[in-house]
Amino acid sequence: MLWETVIGLETHAQLSTHSKIFSGVSTKFGAEPNTQASVIDFALPGVLPVLNRGAVERAIRLGLAVGGKINRRSIFARKNYFYPDLPKGYQISQYEIPVVEGGGLTIRVGDVEKFIRLTRAHLEEDAGKSLHEDFAGMSGIDLNRAGTPLLEIVSEPDMRSSAEAVAYARSLHTLVQWIGICDGNMQEGSFRCDANVSVRPLGSDRLGTRCEIKNLNSFRFLERAIEFEVRRQIGLIEDGGRVVQETRLYDPDRDETRSMRSKEDAQDYRYFPDPDLLPLEIADDWVEATRQAMPELPAAMRERFVTDYALAPYDAAALTGGRDIADFFEAMVRHLPTEPKLCANWLMGEVSARVNRDQIGLGAAPVSAQALAGLLARIADGTLSGKMAKEVFDAMWEGGESADALIEQRGLRQISDGGAIEVMVDEVLAANPKSVAEFRSGKDKAFNALVGRVMKAARGKANPAQVNEVLKRKLDA
Amino acid sequence: MSLSLADVARIAHLARIEITATEADRTLAQLNDIFSMIEKMQAVDTTGIEPMAHPLGGHQRLREDLVTETGRRETSLANAPAQRDGLFLVPKVIE
Repeated sequence: MLWETVIGLETHAQLSTHSKIFSGVSTKFGAEPNTQASVIDFALPGVLPVLNRGAVERAIRLGLAVGGKINRRSIFARKNYFYPDLPKGYQISQYEIPVVEGGGLTIRVGDVEKFIRLTRAHLEEDAGKSLHEDFAGMSGIDLNRAGTPLLEIVSEPDMRSSAEAVAYARSLHTLVQWIGICDGNMQEGSFRCDANVSVRPLGSDRLGTRCEIKNLNSFRFLERAIEFEVRRQIGLIEDGGRVVQETRLYDPDRDETRSMRSKEDAQDYRYFPDPDLLPLEIADDWVEATRQAMPELPAAMRERFVTDYALAPYDAAALTGGRDIADFFEAMVRHLPTEPKLCANWLMGEVSARVNRDQIGLGAAPVSAQALAGLLARIADGTLSGKMAKEVFDAMWEGGESADALIEQRGLRQISDGGAIEVMVDEVLAANPKSVAEFRSGKDKAFNALVGRVMKAARGKANPAQVNEVLKRKLDA
Repeated sequence: MSLSLADVARIAHLARIEITATEADRTLAQLNDIFSMIEKMQAVDTTGIEPMAHPLGGHQRLREDLVTETGRRETSLANAPAQRDGLFLVPKVIE
């Protein structure tokens, strides 16, 4: 039988606020245990939560970016469960009325585009951290993370493969960083996914029983966990068994998922509106002001790059894969408006390769967009060949000098003087009668050998296109 | 709708409340009274009325996103029955 996979994702994006969602303590990562928790985060009796405007504003930004509906009135609810890293005995979340509903994201797998609908996005607080290393048979609790603002972004079950799920997660990951609501740091847990996975016979329109795989904090784990889970579920059904709805954990060391919760009533959260918090009202003018302050979104920018700069869709997608690369590209084009394609190629090629090699961000690149555009201008006007430009670029990367200064210092000006090239070609032809004879007897390879000799005579500085042209003309004569 | 003793036991378990058989009987009667009151309320036609999320009118006041407090590790840990290396210690919770 042929099977179809159905996947929906719940993503927790940690919002990049300075302070917690309900208290005025810092959210900075990596502090000593329990040094960033207030009486509210410790859940001492008698304290009251006060909602952080910055967290709400970030939720509005996400809602606008995905074309969702910003609810003008939303409700905070208590999600009740007992765990030592949740000192209140409930998590403040949103249930019936979340801050954002609907909207969606366009993803791309290969050449195929697909729209993934979002169900909702709601604000909530994170729990603390339990450390299970051995503390004389006990667990350690660190409440620094308790009360950190999260936006839980829930998709519809619109994905049909692990590749689509990863494309969606990547696209959302780019977007939340792009609009400045989340730092996207997956190692630190700022962006983590739960995957709801089920299978059904191909062609069926009924959903199969799903399992939820919790806390996938890398794209690779997301992909592998889904693939394992799909194989597991199909195997179960084909062996005559059935899938039990449950929460599972992915173990990267064994590359498998395994059941996490044993108790059936573990999922009964008994949500009810939190009496400590009044309804959240968002005025139209707040939404409008936030809309005005939004940056151009990656999808719109991608289209503009294709239309305005005649870039291939693939290149436009790569250049809008993050705000840093998009900004760098736009800055280059501002300085060299006639050569967007050349700018794109160098940014995605030479610059990306060096940034990766040196493991630095684009923002820390020693060659600025303006300086790089200055170098490319010398290719565009014929001063440098591509090969010479790479040499200059290496020197710029190491030393930080401008392209023009380096060209001057090293005497790297390309020889584009037709007369000079003719003289060099004549000399090479006279000195290499054997290669000339081979070429005339039909050996095309001899041509390249002759080009090589001319370039050598010019110490690499002759304009290659001109050398080819002159050589061809003389040999055909 | 009326509850059974099993429902009461389940609710008590979810809330981690230990109750005796006598208490369970009494709680069952009280909860059923509450449910019958809710049934009466549900008979009222509420078409067009926005559900109330909070008995007080008004809406949530917001605070600016500023760090205004520092942590209180020492005083809070001082209340804990067990602690080590700045962590609260609790009975092992791994499943």
